[in-house]
Formats: sequence, C-alpha cells, structure tokens
Amino acid sequence: MAELRLTGRSASSGFFEGPVIILTDTAATRVSSGNPSIEAEILRKSIESCRNSLVSLAESADGEAAEMLGFQVAMLEDDALAEGAFAAISQGIAAHEAWRDALNEEIKSYKDADDEYFRARAADLEDIRDGVMAELTGSSKKVDVPSGSILFSRDLPPSRFLKIDWSKGGALLLTEGSPTSHVAMLARSKNVPMIVNLGQIPAENGAFLLVDGGSGSVIVEATEASKREFREKREFEAKIDEMAEKAVRNPAVTRDGTSISVMINVADPLELDQLDWVKCDGIGLVRTEFLFTNERTFPAETPQYQIYRRMLEWANGRPVTIRTLDAGGDKPIPGLTIDGETNPFLGVRGVRLSLLRQDIFRVQLRALARAAVHGPLKVMVPMVTVPSELEQTKALMNEEIAALLAEGIPAALPQMGIMVEVPAAAIAIDLFDADFFSIGSNDLTQYVTAAGRDIGAVADLADTMNPAVLRLIGSVAAYGRTSGRDVSLCGDAGGDPRIIPALLKHGIRSVSVAPKLLARAKQAISEVDLGQMDEAMP
Amino acid sequence: MTVNPSAKPEFKSASGTALLVNAVGLHARPSVKLTQLAKSFSANISLATSVEGPWVDAKSPVKIMRIKAPKGTTLYFQALGDDCDAAVAALTDLVNRRFDETEDEGHG
Repeated sequence: MAELRLTGRSASSGFFEGPVIILTDTAATRVSSGNPSIEAEILRKSIESCRNSLVSLAESADGEAAEMLGFQVAMLEDDALAEGAFAAISQGIAAHEAWRDALNEEIKSYKDADDEYFRARAADLEDIRDGVMAELTGSSKKVDVPSGSILFSRDLPPSRFLKIDWSKGGALLLTEGSPTSHVAMLARSKNVPMIVNLGQIPAENGAFLLVDGGSGSVIVEATEASKREFREKREFEAKIDEMAEKAVRNPAVTRDGTSISVMINVADPLELDQLDWVKCDGIGLVRTEFLFTNERTFPAETPQYQIYRRMLEWANGRPVTIRTLDAGGDKPIPGLTIDGETNPFLGVRGVRLSLLRQDIFRVQLRALARAAVHGPLKVMVPMVTVPSELEQTKALMNEEIAALLAEGIPAALPQMGIMVEVPAAAIAIDLFDADFFSIGSNDLTQYVTAAGRDIGAVADLADTMNPAVLRLIGSVAAYGRTSGRDVSLCGDAGGDPRIIPALLKHGIRSVSVAPKLLARAKQAISEVDLGQMDEAMP
Repeated sequence: MTVNPSAKPEFKSASGTALLVNAVGLHARPSVKLTQLAKSFSANISLATSVEGPWVDAKSPVKIMRIKAPKGTTLYFQALGDDCDAAVAALTDLVNRRFDETEDEGHG
C-alpha cells in the first residue's frame, strides 16, 4: 500500500505512532422478544449494568471526569429517565427502540435549551443513551482496546474514552467530532493526541499510522523517509515545548528587557476551562459568533450577559476584549447574513450588518453593558470603515445603558474600540475617536494585498510580512503611542514566530493569540532583541 | 414564606422559597446535590419555579434537570410529612449557599 496523508482538525496536540484499531458503529442489531414483560426486564437490567460500570469507572476517575460520571449515574438511578420507555414497551415496542426514542426526546429538550450550560448537557444524555444501547445490543463487551492503540471511529462518547487505558499513550482519530466536545477536553487533559473531522477511514485494521495531533495530520503506511521526518519533528517540538512550558507562566519579555503583553483569542467559552489565566495577560479577542453555532436564533440578553460575565471572572481582573458580532465574509450565518453577495468580504459584514440589524445589535450591547459592571471590559467593533460607524455604535450603547439604569439594572460603559482591518481605517487612524485599536492582521493583510486568504493560488501574496502591511501596522502603533490609546494585534501573525520579530520592530507591544500558541509566542518574543534588529527585515 | 395553603390537612406540611444565585443555575452538579439532600428526608418534597407549578419531585434529578432553571429563578419548595420543616429549611439553605460551589467553575 502506498503512503497516504490525511488532514483533519486538531483537537489535542501530540505525536503517536502505531497500529490503528477501527471501531465501527454498533448498529442496534437486537431482535425484540415480542413479550412486553421480558422487554421491560431486559431494559431494567441493561440500565442497571450500565450504571454499575459507570460507578466502577467513577471510583478511579478524578476531577471533572468524576463529576461527569456522578451526574450520569444519578440520572440512570432515577426511574423518571426511563418512564417513557417503559410506557412504550407496555404498548408493544421493543426495548431498544423504546429506550432510544425516549432518550432522543429528552436529548432534544436539552439541545433546544436557551441556556448554553444546559445545551452542553445533551452530550451527557447521548452518552447515557449509547451506554444503555450498548448493553441492550451486547456490543459493550465486543471491543477490547489494548493500551497504546490509535483508535479510529466516527465519534466517541466520553465514558468510552474513560474506559480505555491511555497510560501507554495512544491517539484518537474521529471522522466527525468537535474540538470543543467533552471527549476532546478529556483527551487534552490526558495528553492524548486527537484529530477530528477526518472525513473517512482509508486504512484497514492494524495499519501503521503516524499521528501528529497538533497539525491534525495522519500518515498511513508511511515511507521510511516520512517516518524519519516525523520523528525528527517530534523531537524538535518536544525540545521547543520544554523550553516554552518553562516560560509560559512568566510575562513575555524580549531579550533587551521590553515587556510584551500576550493575550488570548477565544472562539468558544469552553476553551477557558482548559486554561490557567496566569499564563496570559487577558483576553484580546472574543469572537462572539459562537453564540450562533447551536441554534438559529440569537441568544437572549441574560444568557449572553452570563457568558460575558463568566469570561471577566475567569480573567480575574485582567482586561477582556469582546468583539461585537462579526458575521459575513467567511463567517456566514443563515438567516442573518445576506446570501448571494458577489464578494462577501467586500459586502455587508461586521458592523455594517450590525447597524442594519439593530434588533440583534442592541441586545448584544445591553448584555455587554451589564457585564462591564464586573470587570475591565473592552468592546471591539469589527469592520469599521468610517468614523460615523463607531459614533453610531457608541450612541446605541449609551441609549441602552440609560434604558438599563432606568429599569434599575446595573450597567456600565465599557471601553469602546475598533478593529483595524479595513485599510481606510488603518490609513486615516487619527480620524477615529476610539478608546483602543486592535489590529486584525488577517483581514488587513488580505485587503491591503488584494489577495484572498482562502484562495490557494494567491495565498503567498496574502503575507503579513509584505512591507506595505507592516508599515500600516507601524503607523497605527505609532499613533496609539502618541495619542495614549492601547494598540494590540489579534490576527494569526501575532502567534507566528516568523512574523513576531517584524511586528515588534514596527512598534507592536501587545498581541493576542490562540491559546495553544501562547507558549510558542512567548518563546519567540524572548528571542527578539529590539536593540539589534536585522536591518534587512521589512 | 407561605406558598401553598392548600396542602392536605392530614399531613404536616411546610413550604419555602429560595432564589437561585449561583452562576450556572439548577444545573447538573447542583441538581445532583439538591436531590441527594432531598432523599435524606422522608417527607414528600416538590419543587416548582412558580406558585402555580408545575410541581416536580425534588428527589428526581431527571425531572429537576427538565426544568432547566437558570440563575435568577425563584425556587418554590413544598414538603409533606413528619420532617417537612427540616427538609424545606435544609433545601432553601443549600440554594442560598450557592450549592457550596465556587463561582468560577465553568463546568457544572
């Protein structure tokens, strides 16, 4: 078999090589006994043995895993969970169908919940459903996974993950799944490399795989040269990580002693559960598009407020920058963004859309004003092109704060800043009366170079190292310094060791990066000597 | 606070209210704690988010979770049985103590 390379989304970084075990979906192949009282007894026994195996798992688990299992046990011990299933069985429905339908109904009510916390529990209910289904169909005993295996599956319930012995390493490859799932959180906490969204399984059971969790790549039946390259990369990254881990808890300082603020970008509130706030100087960008991911309707004011407040509490007094909804461009939202624009990147996106949809925008501004009571909140407005867009947003914010206070609801005015990504704003930055500037280097780069970052053929042109892009960044940084306004940079460039020296040379003193790039970014900063910059660097 | 004066006269009854102040509301971990505490009493205990009900069994985590009560909800308790006073006092106290959770725990 020839070498084959697959790429998915990284859910947990790390390297592993070894044979693969393919877990196929356990379709319910059970045949009904046809007798309601026998079916009811079989369901009762299956629930009982699922509960027993969770109890014994819980005994050896700790922290979050133990909490999760304890909740599942409490739900299984409650007769109310299976009431609907037993009622269906008495009507002649087979045990496995009755159980599956009853639980699916229960799961749906969680998925439909307004509150993010309750929605997230749907995964636990699915886990309970599948655990009992496995007992019913007898598949719970089928696959015994040896320690140190690479597992390839469609998806994997958290309880199944916890039943596997990962002490000798291993890796988890899913054709579906999500980096924010419970099982991904468990994989990261146990340092098991994990890749999701791989799409398909082109290998046979026992095939030899090389897994690079951090880059989301898998090599099937690798050549000797690929194996050598893989192992060299593993050793190189181990050395870098060792150095970076030592530095990540300390503030970032360049070799010549200049302090650099390193914050994090957050795309999903669940990411924060995995991270120690000590490692960063605050949150430099919260992408609020996550509010739309689970449902079609925009969440109400109070759930939004609770999420924002929790982020401020997590940051423990350090600043939190939340970007108002940035829909459109490469982030379409069904029912909200405008379909069929000839060029969505130049269309109704960011604040342009928010000002058209003030019903949604005002709810977000109210939630932000309420959260501002709880800590140093900065509100960043995306895609600002002319000063009046910022002024209109400020006016709406002031109206909503006045309304909240009139209702007796505590509210405060957060700092109001703009995302600098449209060249018109970057070039005439002195015309914008913003409290702070945050440079969105991804969009600024593609607008300045007229090269789409999603178009492979021109990807080389969309380079933040282009002198024109760096000069613009430099002039925004300089204006921030002279006018006393904070400037930070929150694009991919801020976490890229190749670009960091140039950003610092052009006056950037604050960057915001994906959490997994924190250690690398700090490491790269510590190697820069601002007194001895390479003259040839753009 | 008296909530339901229509409890059956042949049983000793008690009622009370408490405001959900913990960040995640009546969520997984708080629900498990509440039902475990309720089970330690012999009284029949029900819970609702409004005086009009619907009332659910406070010893059932499945039914409690179905309410999906967020922060800021007022919980109404009523208990029937010999230890009803102690049960209502203990349960309202648990809610007022924020279920003994620290507020920054995201996963609940």
